Amino acid sequence: MRVSMRVNGRRVTAEDVWEGESLLFVLRERLGLPGSKNACEQGECGSCTVYLDDSPVCACLVAAGQAGGRDVVTVEGLAGAAGLDAVQQAFMDAGAVQCGFCTPGLIVQAHYLLRETVDAGGPVPDDGEIREVLAGNLCRCTGYEKILDAVRLAAARKAAAAAAAAGQAEPGQAEVGR
Amino acid sequence: MDFLRPATLQQALEAKAERPAAVPIAGGTDVMVEINFDTRRPDALLDLNQVAELAEIGSDGGLLRVGACVSYARIIGELGRELPGLALASRTVGSPQIRNRGTVGGNLGAASPAGDAHPVLLACDALVEAASVRGTRLIPAAGFYQGPKRSVLAPDELITAFRIGPAMGPQQFAKIGTRNAMVIAVCSFALSLWPQGRPAGTGGTIGTGIGSAGPVPLRATDAEEFLAAELASAGLWESGVALPSTVTHTFGELVAGAARPIDDVRGTAAYRRHALSVLARRTLGWTWDSYRKGARQCA
Repeated sequence: MRVSMRVNGRRVTAEDVWEGESLLFVLRERLGLPGSKNACEQGECGSCTVYLDDSPVCACLVAAGQAGGRDVVTVEGLAGAAGLDAVQQAFMDAGAVQCGFCTPGLIVQAHYLLRETVDAGGPVPDDGEIREVLAGNLCRCTGYEKILDAVRLAAARKAAAAAAAAGQAEPGQAEVGR
Repeated sequence: MDFLRPATLQQALEAKAERPAAVPIAGGTDVMVEINFDTRRPDALLDLNQVAELAEIGSDGGLLRVGACVSYARIIGELGRELPGLALASRTVGSPQIRNRGTVGGNLGAASPAGDAHPVLLACDALVEAASVRGTRLIPAAGFYQGPKRSVLAPDELITAFRIGPAMGPQQFAKIGTRNAMVIAVCSFALSLWPQGRPAGTGGTIGTGIGSAGPVPLRATDAEEFLAAELASAGLWESGVALPSTVTHTFGELVAGAARPIDDVRGTAAYRRHALSVLARRTLGWTWDSYRKGARQCA
C-alpha cells in the first residue's frame, strides 16, 4: 500500500508498504531516516521514539498505515537553521553519548520533557520528573548519570535563555550542572 | 494482509462484520509486538485511530463513558479525579511512550490476566460496551473474561467503550514488579471504597480486583463481604477509627485465598499469594486512612 504523511515538516509518500510494517521500518528503510533506532521491536527500549502528532511514541509499535495523514517528527527534525537543538548540544557537552544507539530516542523524549516544562513557562524539571519521563528509554552502556546531567544542562540553559529574554538575565546560570 | 481504515464507527462495525478475522488495532502496543515477532499474521488489521467516537469521554446516566481508544495518558491527565484507581493503574503501564498509545480498550481486547486496567474495572463494577452491526450490549467486567487472552466478545464485535461509576470514596491500585517502569505485573490488586454505596445502586461498599494471579482477572468476593460486614457491624464508617489489625490481616488472607495463581517466569504461585495478601493490607490501610481524613474534614 501507499502511505503519505508529514515527516519533519515535509510531505512524504512511501510506496509498496507492507500492511504489517511499522512506522519505524518506513522511516528507516523507505524514507532514508535512520536516526530512529531499531532495537527491541516491542516498545521496551525507547530507541525508536518519535513524535506522532506531538506525542512521543515508539515508532516500532505504530503500524505504518496508522501514521497516514499524520505528523511525524524524528530526531533528524529537531535541529533548526540555528544549529543543534538545545538537548542535542547538551548531550554532546555533557558527554552523554557512549555507543550512541539509545541517544536519538533519549533526545526526542528529553526534548518532549523540556517542551512540556521549561518551554511552556514552567519550572526546570526535577530529577524525579526526568527519571519518570525517561523510564522507557534504556541505555545498555548504562550511561544514565551523564544522560541526567545532559537533561539538567539543557533545562538550565533553556531556563537561563528564557530569563534573559525576559530581561532578567543572571550571568553564569546557564552553566549550572556542568 | 489488508489494512482497513474506517473513518466512522459505523464503517468500523461493518468492516468487522464483513471480516470477523480482522484484528482491531488502536495503540498497537500488543498487536504490533506480535506482528514484529512474527507470532501473528492476521489477514487484516482494522485501524481504529480514525474513529473519533472511540476517543470520546462522556457520561451516561450516573456513569462515565470512556471510549475504547482513550489512551492511558489521557486517563491520567483528564480522569484522575473521577477515576483515581484507574489513573493509578494507568500510571504503572509501560513507559510514557506506551501510555501515549496504549488504551483500556486494547487491554480488554487482549484480555491478558496481567492487564493493568482489569483489577480496577472489576473493583469499580465497570461495564464493557461491545458493539456490532447487530447492536450494542453492556457486559459486566466480571463476566467479560473467559480465560487467558479470551473474552466473551463475539467475532463481529468491537469494544467501543467502558462505563464506570465515578469514585465516591478512596481507591487504590498496587502492583508487584521488578522495577517501577516497563513491568508486566507479577500480581496486582485494586481496591475501591463506596461508603455511601455505588452510583448504580448495585454492589457493596467494597470493591476488589486481582490481576495476574489466575487465568482471568478475579474479584475477591469473600474479602469484599467480610470487610463490608466488619465495617458495618462495628460502626467503623461512622466512628472512622483505625481498623483493628485482625480485620486487615483477615482481609489480606481472604484476598490471597481468592487468587488462583500458577508458577511462571515472573513468579511462583506461593509468592503471588503472599504478595497479594500484603498488597491487600497495604491498599486497605491507604484507602482507610484517606477515608478517615476525608471524614474528619467533612465533620
